[in-house]
Amino acid sequence: MNTPALSPPLVARDTKGWLVAPALLFIVALFIYPFAYGLVLSFQPMNGGGVWANYVAFFTDTSMWPTILVTLKLAVPATLINVGVSVPVAFALRRSSPYQKLVTTLLVIPVTLGTVLIADGMLTYFGPNGWFPQALQGLHLYTDEVRLTHNYWGVLISLIVSGFPFAFLLTLSYVTGIDPTLASAAATLGASPWQQFRRIYLPLLVPGLTMAACLSFVQAFSVFPSAVLLGAPAGPTRVMSIAAAEAAFESYDYSLASCIAMVMGFVQLLVVAGMLGARRFFYSGPVTGGKG
Amino acid sequence: MATLNQGAQPGKAVKQHTPLPERVWKVLVWGATVFFLINVLLLIATVAVNSVATRWFGTLLPQGFTLHWYAQAWSDFQLASVLWVTVEVVGAVVILSVLLGVPAAYALARVQFPGKRFVVLVFLLPLMVPPVTYGIPMATVMYKIGLAGTLPGVIFANLVPALPFVILVMTPFIEQIDPNLEAAARIFGANTFRYFRYVLLPLLVPGMLAAGLLVLVRTIGMFELTFFTAGPGTQTLVVALYYAVFSTGVRAPQSIDAMAMIYMAITLVWVLIALQFVSPTQIVSRVKEQKR
Repeated sequence: MNTPALSPPLVARDTKGWLVAPALLFIVALFIYPFAYGLVLSFQPMNGGGVWANYVAFFTDTSMWPTILVTLKLAVPATLINVGVSVPVAFALRRSSPYQKLVTTLLVIPVTLGTVLIADGMLTYFGPNGWFPQALQGLHLYTDEVRLTHNYWGVLISLIVSGFPFAFLLTLSYVTGIDPTLASAAATLGASPWQQFRRIYLPLLVPGLTMAACLSFVQAFSVFPSAVLLGAPAGPTRVMSIAAAEAAFESYDYSLASCIAMVMGFVQLLVVAGMLGARRFFYSGPVTGGKG
Repeated sequence: MATLNQGAQPGKAVKQHTPLPERVWKVLVWGATVFFLINVLLLIATVAVNSVATRWFGTLLPQGFTLHWYAQAWSDFQLASVLWVTVEVVGAVVILSVLLGVPAAYALARVQFPGKRFVVLVFLLPLMVPPVTYGIPMATVMYKIGLAGTLPGVIFANLVPALPFVILVMTPFIEQIDPNLEAAARIFGANTFRYFRYVLLPLLVPGMLAAGLLVLVRTIGMFELTFFTAGPGTQTLVVALYYAVFSTGVRAPQSIDAMAMIYMAITLVWVLIALQFVSPTQIVSRVKEQKR
């Protein structure tokens, strides 16, 4: 009979917990439900057939399944370049300085402008008569016709222009989060900058870098506007999102479009899980070794 | 000490005594950074120059300059109505995401309730899954219930990534507000409303401002979700820009670039305002930067 004394705080807690309900309800209604709906819909083909008809169609149609490879061929190099380059740059800018402020502020610009504007600018800048080819030919670096738009390279460059700042800003926040006294201690003990990086920063950075690589990959894998505007959407840069958007908004086959979206999500999940697994597999040693 | 010396490869140890490779490496890193930044700035400059060019073909600078394309773009693309839609969508998304997100963040920061980890996961998912993947099932549901193409449909679609973003920015912000303040206010006789109005709200305003600005900047540039759900009368500026670039040849490229400049000016003004309150890193992710 001592519950009355306990119940008032419990009730108070519960009522405040309900504050989360409106937001949760919204996300469930507009994110979780559509996802579940899409998953179910993908097993209900528009033109009849079995439960798996959409997936069978996707993996046998030569205008469909190669889109996975096309997308990977863009997303994997873009991720490697973006994360790979952002590590040394972020390391060089790890100390708070006017340069750090300037570079981060300038790099925010392409991220916020978005892929559509970058694509528009690139069409002129990298186009046959743009400044970039003009400069290459003016400096006699490359004398042939420069073709950097409406092909694979245009899309890859756009993924780097928008993806590198993203990866860099993420990496920088992880690098600056590492206590610099650790590196100072190592330097006192005679470690060169390279050794400081290899032995102190890298092991501590691995979780953050894996995260940055996952986010960069997922972003690059879902490339859409630049693949249409800067690439060759009918051929070499027909990525999965183009195939999905075509199915949904041109042939109105929402069932097939949902199927493509699900395959897309699954491939992303697979690669992200692979990266997280690889981190555990490769890097658990050095981290513990460094502490010993 | 022992670990460092044992771990250092013989080849790397040489570098310690010769600063030359180190200097070359530094030049390389800075060279790459500067090269990237110059190209991004020139890419933007191309759009700016082209938007005021009379005729520009294969030369360094156009033959003449005019402001006529801005007037042309204004009427060509019905920018008055497009801009109004953009203001409505962005304004509604900012207000709704803060109104729904702050109470949810408060609950997550202060209250322990069953299934909290699951709730956090639900809020994380829309930020991890790329818009293209969930946008297609979401658009499918919206077409089914007749929400697609309407203004509320576009607003709801943009709320899906905005709301979790506000929650994840605000939760650590609320956590660092001293809970004893509530007890103090209660002791002085404040009821819940007065506590909220005179104690909590003033403390929350800086965080809400930052979260609102971040959502604003991200929503102006949010292409995919608006593209999937907007109808002819509910296009935001970035979607209108996409359609203009997509159908290059229908309109003069200078006219398209004039619209791109208007889009860029709006975005950059808000980015500059936002950067007064938040760090560049926060624009791309929810990572909290360490204060130093």
